[in-house]
Amino acid sequence: MATAVPIEVRNLTMAYGEYVVQHDISFTVNRGEIFIIMGGNGCGKSTLMRSLIGLQRPAKGTVLYDGQDFWHVEAAEHERLKRRLGVMFQGGAMWSSLTLAENVALPLGEYTNLSPHLINEIVSFKLALVGLAGFEDFYPAELSGGMRKRAGLARAMALDPEILIIDEPSSGLDPLTARHLDHLILELRQNFGTTIIIITHELASILGIGDNSIFLDVQTRTMIATGNPKQALRSGDPRVRHFLTRGEA
Amino acid sequence: MASDRDTRQWRLATHPLETSNLEITFSGRWCLDQRLPSPDDLAPVLKTGTSRLTFKTDLSSWDSAFLAYLSVLLKLCAAKGIEADRDGLPEGVRHLLAMAAAVPEQKITGRGGGRHNFLHRIGVAAVEFSHGAPAMLRFLGEIVFSFGRLLSGRVRLRWHDLWWEVEEVGPRALLIVSVISFLVGLILAYLGADQLRMVGAQIFIADLVAIGMVREIGALMTGIIIAGRTGSAFAAKLGTMQVNEEIDAFRTLGISPIDFLVLPRTIALMLMVPLLTLYSGFVGMLAGLLISTTIFDIGLFEYYNETISALELKHFAVGLVKGSVYGAMVAYSGCLRGMQCGRSAEAVGEAATSAVVTSILLITISASILTIIFYQLGI
Repeated sequence: MATAVPIEVRNLTMAYGEYVVQHDISFTVNRGEIFIIMGGNGCGKSTLMRSLIGLQRPAKGTVLYDGQDFWHVEAAEHERLKRRLGVMFQGGAMWSSLTLAENVALPLGEYTNLSPHLINEIVSFKLALVGLAGFEDFYPAELSGGMRKRAGLARAMALDPEILIIDEPSSGLDPLTARHLDHLILELRQNFGTTIIIITHELASILGIGDNSIFLDVQTRTMIATGNPKQALRSGDPRVRHFLTRGEA
Repeated sequence: MASDRDTRQWRLATHPLETSNLEITFSGRWCLDQRLPSPDDLAPVLKTGTSRLTFKTDLSSWDSAFLAYLSVLLKLCAAKGIEADRDGLPEGVRHLLAMAAAVPEQKITGRGGGRHNFLHRIGVAAVEFSHGAPAMLRFLGEIVFSFGRLLSGRVRLRWHDLWWEVEEVGPRALLIVSVISFLVGLILAYLGADQLRMVGAQIFIADLVAIGMVREIGALMTGIIIAGRTGSAFAAKLGTMQVNEEIDAFRTLGISPIDFLVLPRTIALMLMVPLLTLYSGFVGMLAGLLISTTIFDIGLFEYYNETISALELKHFAVGLVKGSVYGAMVAYSGCLRGMQCGRSAEAVGEAATSAVVTSILLITISASILTIIFYQLGI
């Protein structure tokens, strides 16, 4: 049935019309791995995420989930694969007409048979996990950017997805909250075996929790390194070391 | 070994260990995709003089559903003063429960949530409305000052923006103005023909259509079209800029957003709406001509001559003034609602709606005032 590799990206090229954002990206993410996608501003990290979650068809190449070609399966299967993903968008992307509790409860109401009481409790629990206990009845507009982002993570975790894809979890968060989220990510992996892909340029998170990574380069418009970030810091490509030491090496 | 069926189902058992000590055993599978029991079912069991709760687990798998179930149970225990010993729970469950409790629940005060009664809401609406009028006047004042700065040369008009708006408001609205003006001209002609036939003065269709379109209806129709098309767009554009803090960025740089954003839009509308009004009158008369000559047997030249003799320069002047005023009203309402916009996607929608409502209200009010003024002046 399932192969050992839940996510495999093969020769992915992403483009907006003629403009190639990144070309020939290939990597695999193993089950239960915390995989970091890093790179400078504007290198195409978020575009890569859009291809991984089904929002933007790649120009070339493909993405495989458990050996199934995400971009070439039938529509129903494509939808089923998507349901295995939990996605947190950069700004949280909370639906503005719903309260935080309603935001997190929506996927639970759609896809489970749980009682409303238990759904409410799951919602409160998820919000508490991201440090937003007591904010159930707030609308996203009433919260700060960092809080909205964390609420976005709570919504992404609502269905306990097998694969969690997180865009810039810690940017804009205070250091303690950022560390709390890093711990939470480790706990999720530990307890649920969740495969987690994090798009970030936050050094503390990259080096603190990343098992594996790729580095997207802005100049050459392709990936220039892959592997454990700590190893990359010691002996990797000079450009990656330069990045990971904030230009000091 | 548990059988396959046992590992796929949730199971729950309670054993009283000693007096006042209750043990709950969770086993099997406790996951989101199941129909799990309600934690409230345990309330009666807990009632019977229990003071201590211990857990035993033999879980094949668990996820947030189990955590949620437990946290209800733990809250229930806390409410009843029962001591819950978490040692029997899996390590991961204890970690996650601790994480959820790590950031204490914030007690939020001073936030006007909840539903109020009808009278309260009427009161709030009335107070808000009374704040609305001064805000509208202040905005009007800001625009007037901005015009003052422009005329005294302290602000340079951004020609690029002005032309962009002029193109957006004028040429791009031609098609819809043509269609609506033609149909309104047609309706006027039919309406007039029916009434005038009774007195045998069908030729006066020409007067009715010409004066009606040029003086009143051309400007009114154009104003309403522009309110829907451009007023809402102004509100949405400025509202989105408000959401993105772009307006604040202007203010912190000491650039007046009124000079930069509102002024070119207001000028563009005050220039283009009169032109569209003229055009609308022309199209309306064309429709009248077409109907009169084909359906009501009025000769082409007869109609033409009647129109020429009916129209005076003052009718055009009235139409142009009205068009210009309506354009200013639409620009004012659109920009006002855009600048007042809140900071959410919903607020942008409300701003656009409100801009159209305010535009049409102001157009109608100014139409009445202008009609009375022109009548008194004998124009």
